[in-house]
Amino acid sequence: MSLDAPARKYLALAGIWLALLLAPYWMPPLGGYTALGTRVLVLGLAAMSVNFLLGFTGVLSFGHAAYFGLGAYGAGLTLKFLAASTPLSLLCGMLLGGVAGAILGALIVRRRGVYFAMVTIAFGQVFYYIAFQWSSLTGGDDGLRGFSRQPLDFGLFSIDILSDPTKFYFFVLFCFALAAGVMGFVLRSPFGRTMIAIRENERRARFLGIPVERHIWIAFTLSCFFIGFAGALYALLNNFADPRGLHYSQSGDLVIMAVMGGMRTFWGPLLGAAVFVVLQDYLSSVTVNWMSFVGLMFVLVVLFFPRGLLGVIRRKSEA
Amino acid sequence: MSRLDVVNVTKTFGNLVAVSDVSFKVEIGELRAVIGPNGAGKTTFFNLISGFFPPTRGRVLFDGRDVTALPAHARVKLGMARTFQITEIFPELTVRENVRIGTEVAAGYRLRAWVSRTEAAEIRRRVDETLTVAGLAAKADRLVGELAHGDQRVAEIAMALALRPQLLLLDEPTAGMGDQETYEITQLIRRLHRDSNFTIVLIEHDMRVVFHLADRITVLDQGKLLAEGTPQEIAANGAVQAAYLGKAA
Repeated sequence: MSLDAPARKYLALAGIWLALLLAPYWMPPLGGYTALGTRVLVLGLAAMSVNFLLGFTGVLSFGHAAYFGLGAYGAGLTLKFLAASTPLSLLCGMLLGGVAGAILGALIVRRRGVYFAMVTIAFGQVFYYIAFQWSSLTGGDDGLRGFSRQPLDFGLFSIDILSDPTKFYFFVLFCFALAAGVMGFVLRSPFGRTMIAIRENERRARFLGIPVERHIWIAFTLSCFFIGFAGALYALLNNFADPRGLHYSQSGDLVIMAVMGGMRTFWGPLLGAAVFVVLQDYLSSVTVNWMSFVGLMFVLVVLFFPRGLLGVIRRKSEA
Repeated sequence: MSRLDVVNVTKTFGNLVAVSDVSFKVEIGELRAVIGPNGAGKTTFFNLISGFFPPTRGRVLFDGRDVTALPAHARVKLGMARTFQITEIFPELTVRENVRIGTEVAAGYRLRAWVSRTEAAEIRRRVDETLTVAGLAAKADRLVGELAHGDQRVAEIAMALALRPQLLLLDEPTAGMGDQETYEITQLIRRLHRDSNFTIVLIEHDMRVVFHLADRITVLDQGKLLAEGTPQEIAANGAVQAAYLGKAA
């Protein structure tokens, strides 16, 4: 069967969305459970946000867990102290992550390469220690508890996303689709092409008239809004926000997902997150050293498939 | 008013004086060649004009406007475009995409998340026009990184043309090229100058190219301005011959 490139692309896209839509029905027979699928979506969105910078702007942030965690705390604190509204908590979480990213990003974007990564780690750890120490607000080491996601109230009817995991899955899928849609839209815009220009050749981008630092800052800020949104969903998923969600090791996990899945592809990080989350879920019930196996898998992928799992699949299908 | 007016610029790196007190005027529609032996400071001079770094002393005026303090991207916006001695392109993108990015930036769309159908069609038309001028239309959908060296050099010029510049700065356009490629790129630059009236400053080592193209020639030697004049005057200049042959004048 021979299809031209656009047709193949639409077919692949339809396949991805179909698989995601039907996940609550095909996962349980394969030994999964719905909340696992929800986790994949949320962490997948977080990894895609990291990749928005890493794969499409060419800058590596090793501190994105901070904005993920801020999104989670923002949502949790909103539900606990402000109002019992799921949409409001998502909005506040996203804003907290995004605004913090905009402010710190302005200080970070002048650095490049390793220095950029180091500064992002440093700022990330600042937030980790704040969440860890400020027990009266954040619950400290125990994490933020005492809140739960609220049913969606549409006036005439309401959807119970709290006690029905399948309904919550579809709610998260809806949010994921929204965020992924916006992300894809930006990447296909003239601004998105300037991001790719910066990734490909910063000097050339500059001499095409692109103020490189400003564009990296915008990309960084957008990415923090996306990951703040993912973090807020993560808090709703667990009804809990954990200071370890801000730790740089969490940033590392997200980078692993993006690189393992394929950082030059839009959907790669979602695949990476799926592999990571499923491996974690399965292996952690077998051994406490599950991370060594994930690490081994990561090393193998980087050594033999430097373009990531999806990069390989795509290359095969094009050949 | 000159298109480009460089006034007494000096650039030092620590104790090294790379460019020393050079003044230089380029008129609208002129094609100027900058030549000089290796290490004469030609590329540093280009970097000062294009805003790669600021001069230690002196001023750069572009269309009468002082641009000395402006960063590179702001000078591009005013109409200055350049190429590099070592080709700077987007290797993993197609020729068309390489040209499209510059075209969109020049159209003022760089921060846009959305373009209308008519805007997109106009961008496509301009990209096709640029590709045709550069003679790359047949290779438009190939990855730039997979093209022959000569075509990559031409693609970089096409990217500069996409900016619709008032001043085109070409740093050794024929670097690393064979005879045929050199001939073709020389013809391209000649067309840009004669037919499209671009104001061009180019650094070049190949004297056949220089004498074939240039209206006037500026000679740098050890960071200083050694001579300036028509090709005939430069060819007859004893100091220039001495600098190139390495003899004391």
